[in-house]
Amino acid sequence: MGFGYVSPEQLMKDRADFARKGISRGRSVVGLQYADGLLFVSENPSAALHKVSEIYDRIAFAAVGRYNEFENLRIAGVRLADMRGYSYDRRDVTGRGLANAYAQTLGTIFSSGGEKPYEVELFVGEIGDTPADDQLYRLTYDGQVADEHGFAVMGGAADVVAGYLKERYVEGAGLADALRLAVAALGHAGNGDGDRVIPVDDLEVAVLDRTRSQPRKFSRLSPARLNTLLGDRGATSAPQSPEVTAAEVAPSEVPPPARPQPPTTGNEGGEPPVAPPL
Amino acid sequence: MSESRIPASYMTPGSSSFADFLASAQPDLLPGRRTLPMGDAAGLAPHGTTIVSVTYAGGVVMAGDRRATMGNVIAQRDIQKVFPADEFSCVGIAGTAGLAVEMVRLFQVELEHYEKIEGSTLSLDGKANRLSALIRGNLGMAMQGLAVVPLFAGFDLEQNIGRIFSYDVTGGRYEETAFHSVGSGSMFARGALKKLYRDDLDETGAVTAVVQALYDAADDDSATGGPDMTRRIFPVVHVITADGGRRLPDAEVAAVADRVVGGRMRRPDGPIAELEA
Repeated sequence: MGFGYVSPEQLMKDRADFARKGISRGRSVVGLQYADGLLFVSENPSAALHKVSEIYDRIAFAAVGRYNEFENLRIAGVRLADMRGYSYDRRDVTGRGLANAYAQTLGTIFSSGGEKPYEVELFVGEIGDTPADDQLYRLTYDGQVADEHGFAVMGGAADVVAGYLKERYVEGAGLADALRLAVAALGHAGNGDGDRVIPVDDLEVAVLDRTRSQPRKFSRLSPARLNTLLGDRGATSAPQSPEVTAAEVAPSEVPPPARPQPPTTGNEGGEPPVAPPL
Repeated sequence: MSESRIPASYMTPGSSSFADFLASAQPDLLPGRRTLPMGDAAGLAPHGTTIVSVTYAGGVVMAGDRRATMGNVIAQRDIQKVFPADEFSCVGIAGTAGLAVEMVRLFQVELEHYEKIEGSTLSLDGKANRLSALIRGNLGMAMQGLAVVPLFAGFDLEQNIGRIFSYDVTGGRYEETAFHSVGSGSMFARGALKKLYRDDLDETGAVTAVVQALYDAADDDSATGGPDMTRRIFPVVHVITADGGRRLPDAEVAAVADRVVGGRMRRPDGPIAELEA
C-alpha cells in the first residue's frame, strides 16, 4: 500500500473500521429500563476504573472503548452539566442537551481528518418522573445519536447480548429481575457455547432510581447488595479473554464478514501495543 | 478546530475543583471576580444575622435566625441562612445576603463536582479548606463592605464526631470546640451558650440550646430576628449525625420554640445558671 490517492469514502470507511474494532474489543455494557428507572450493567473486573458514572441529578453516563478517551468525555460532561446547573438551575440540565454536545464533539473528531477517531461508544441516560419520561441515548464514535427504548447494548459482542435481551426483556420489571436478566445476557455466549455466570466482584452495576429521596438519583450497587439481589446463580466461571468476534455497532453500514480478532500483543498488523479496552 | 464541539478546556483532566474550572472557563460567574469601583456598598444590600452551632454526642447542630435588614428596614422576615453543603455538612452564612447565598451555591456545586469527578468525597478538612479558598476570593468585595463570613459544621466520618469551623474575611479557618456563633448577634449568643452548654446534651437538648441562644441574640441585636409567634416563623435548624444531615421540619422547631418562649414568659432572661459550678 503506497501513499496514493485515497478516496474520501475509503478514508471514512477506514476510520469507521478502526473505531469499531477498538470498541468491539472491550466488554459489553447493558442499559435497561426497569420499573423505577434505568439500570446499567457491565462486566468490569477493575474496581478503580469505572465505565458507568454519574453526570447529574437524573443523568448517567456509560461508555465502552478506550478508557482515556471516554474518561475525558465523562469529565467534560460533568463540567458541562455543573456549569449549566450553576448558571441557570438544576432543572435546566437535560440528558438531551448533553447528548447533543457529545454528538457534536464526536462527529467533529471523526470527520476532521487530522485526529484519530475516538474509539468510544456512549450511553447517556436520563430518568423522568414516570417510565414514559425516561430517555436512553446511544452515541456512536462518529457522532450518531440513537434514541433507545427498553434496552440497549454496546461494546463487545453487542448483537449476541442484544439478541438474548430481545427474547426475554419485559417492561416494568423490578430491580432484581432486571438485574438478573442483564447479568445473564452479559454471560450469554452465542454460537451455542456455554453461558458464563459472572461473579459479583466482576460486575459494575449502577442505577438511576427515581424512588430515591435525595435529589441525586444515581447509585452504585455494592457487591453485597448485588449478592442479595441476584441470589444463588450456581458456580461462577472466570471471565472470558477479551478477544471477541467483531460486532456490528453502526447499524447504517453494511456489516463486514465476522472474523475473530487477534490478541493485541506486539506489532501485528502495524498497530501500536495497546492495553485492552475496558 | 471547529467551534461546535465541546471546548478543549472541558475535556482536559486536571483540577477537580469547580471554582478553579470556572476561573478558567467562565470567570465572570465567580462571585469575587467582578471588578467594582471604589466605595462602600454595605448600605446597598441586606445584612445582619446570628448563626449558632453546637456539637453534641451524636453529631452537630446548626441554627440561624430568619431576618435580613437593610439599615433600619427589615428586608426579609423568613430568609434562610443555614444550608446543607452536602450529605454530612452544612454552612451558615453571615454578611451580605445576596452574595452569601451565591457563595453557598458555589460551595455546594464545588463539593458535588469533586465527588463526581474523583469518585470519592472530600474529607471534612478538605471541604473546610475549599470554603476557605472561596471566602478568600471574596476579599476584594469584603473590603468594599460586601463581606461574607460563614460558619461551617459537619460530621467527620473518620473521627466520628461533629466539628465546627469558623472563618474570617481573609479566608482564615479556625476549628472551634463545643460551640460557636457568628454574625452581628454572635456575642450575645455566645454568652448565652457559655452558661447553657454542657457535654452530655442529646439532640433535643442541643436544639433547645441553639434556640435559646438565638432568642438571646435577638433580644439584644436588632439585626437578628427572634421567633415570630404570630406568623410561626422559626429558626432554620440543621442536624448532622453519622446517618447524614437533615433540616428539622418546621413543626419540630416550632415545638421547641414554643417551650422556650413559654419559659421566657415566666423568666424573660432565660434559665438561671448556678453562681458557682
